[in-house]
Amino acid sequence: MSQNREAALSRRLPAVSLAAIGLGLMLATGASQADGHTGKMELSNGSVIGATCMGCHGFKGMGSGNIPRLAGLPKEVTAGKLMAYKSDALEGTVMNRIAKGYSDEEIQAVAEFFANQ
Amino acid sequence: MSLSRRGFLKLSAAMAGAGAMGATAGCQSTGMMAGRKRVVVIGGGFGGATAAKYVKLFDPNVDVTMIDGKASHTTCPFSNLVIGGLKDIDEITHDFTALEKRGVNVVKGWVTGVDAGAQVVTLKDGRSYEYDRLVVSPGIDFHYDAIEGYSEEVANSSMPHAWQAGEQTLLLREQLEAMPDGGTFIMAAPPNPFRCPPGPYERVSLIANYFQKHKPNSKILVLDPKTKFSKEPLFREGWTANYGNMIEWIGGDFGGGVTKVDPATMTVTAGGTEYQGDVINVIPPQKAGWIAHKAGLTDDSGWCPINTGTYESTIHSRIHVVGDACIGSPLPKSGYAANSQAKNCAAAIVAMFHNESPPEPSWVNTCYSLVAPDYGISVAAVYRVEDGKTVSVKGAGGVSPKGGVNAEKEAGYAHDWYASITEDIWGS
Repeated sequence: MSQNREAALSRRLPAVSLAAIGLGLMLATGASQADGHTGKMELSNGSVIGATCMGCHGFKGMGSGNIPRLAGLPKEVTAGKLMAYKSDALEGTVMNRIAKGYSDEEIQAVAEFFANQ
Repeated sequence: MSLSRRGFLKLSAAMAGAGAMGATAGCQSTGMMAGRKRVVVIGGGFGGATAAKYVKLFDPNVDVTMIDGKASHTTCPFSNLVIGGLKDIDEITHDFTALEKRGVNVVKGWVTGVDAGAQVVTLKDGRSYEYDRLVVSPGIDFHYDAIEGYSEEVANSSMPHAWQAGEQTLLLREQLEAMPDGGTFIMAAPPNPFRCPPGPYERVSLIANYFQKHKPNSKILVLDPKTKFSKEPLFREGWTANYGNMIEWIGGDFGGGVTKVDPATMTVTAGGTEYQGDVINVIPPQKAGWIAHKAGLTDDSGWCPINTGTYESTIHSRIHVVGDACIGSPLPKSGYAANSQAKNCAAAIVAMFHNESPPEPSWVNTCYSLVAPDYGISVAAVYRVEDGKTVSVKGAGGVSPKGGVNAEKEAGYAHDWYASITEDIWGS
């Protein structure tokens, strides 16, 4: 899959933009401090695992350089990739080593967390 | 929230006590709302700043105060790139503005005391801060007296450790720039456990890269009390591929442990042999940061014992220790691990405030090292709790493949990782 698939995924970014507009509306209505630095993160198994991914994939999975963005990706895409890394069906650099550390259920939970960012 | 839970009652009692004391002790309460839970964090580095941000993120209604002696944090990760002349120190220095915007009360000051009974932190200037939960993330301090002739003064003037990024990072860089071609750089590597296990070996790699380009006749000697080191086969392979035989490593089996230094003659003694260097980098044995000792959070090892997952001290309740200062094994003393620990700690603290069970702890460590600017290697592991102990998940983790097949890609990922983790901690 890799490159074509990633290009296709990046074209789906309007979903993220909509989320950003949602945040903007929330800020405009005074629901939060008006600098975009506030907000809440759910406390769940998915967020606790997801938080460890952010060390490389950036805050809320925003990505950086060649490290892919996870925020807003459909759950089945992230879960599918992680399962493929776990089984070595997909060859990466560090991700094969990391994906093997999680149960299938944990992979579903973390994929859902990033889908909601 | 169930009022019948014992933990909640204990917490309520503690809060009532702290509140009563606050009325008489004149503690800082500016901007803090009555009745809200208070978390104080000591240290604005990888562990502390992450803890402060993520407590606020998991529950914006908690009042979080983060105290650091400086107005910004210069990271040890990537400080080897400053020493190697590949980055400016400003590029690895991060201020606390984003944390303030998130609502963290950032205080610049030196913590001189922690009263675990009264739940109060005191600063050198007399200010004090009450807490319901305290997170201590002070990093490391050094056993200067373990090496004859070495001291904080020697480190600051002639033989820097540069193992806390800042002035000594720049001093070491200046010394390398001033060294003539054909000179010798000596590193005295530290014994286990120490901050950033691959760090010394990345440092000599990037110094070799600098020498190769600007002082190609120079030599590098690593004197090491250990018999092996992190990612050793990958470093050795990378050294040969990039620098031929410029780097010589003498391990503990061959008398590599430095026991004595003499700044006047610029010599070090290891295994009964005296070595002379033009630039000497002495990284002494390490222990938890000063305040951890002052607060009585350390055991005989010099580090802080903690409960796995919550990072609450096994010595003082309501105080959590994260990062290099804690005994977090099998997690290494790395910035990535400190970030991962602090997030689990923040989750546990917020869950406790809500009288809920914390989510299952989960950790990752991923450390990239640059053997050369375009040659990166990595080690990774996933950790979880099994039978009450933190374990590295079997079948997961490990190091880069040999042969340098991913070295160029991983060098790029090292830079992307740095951008990500510093944004996660001190950015948005």
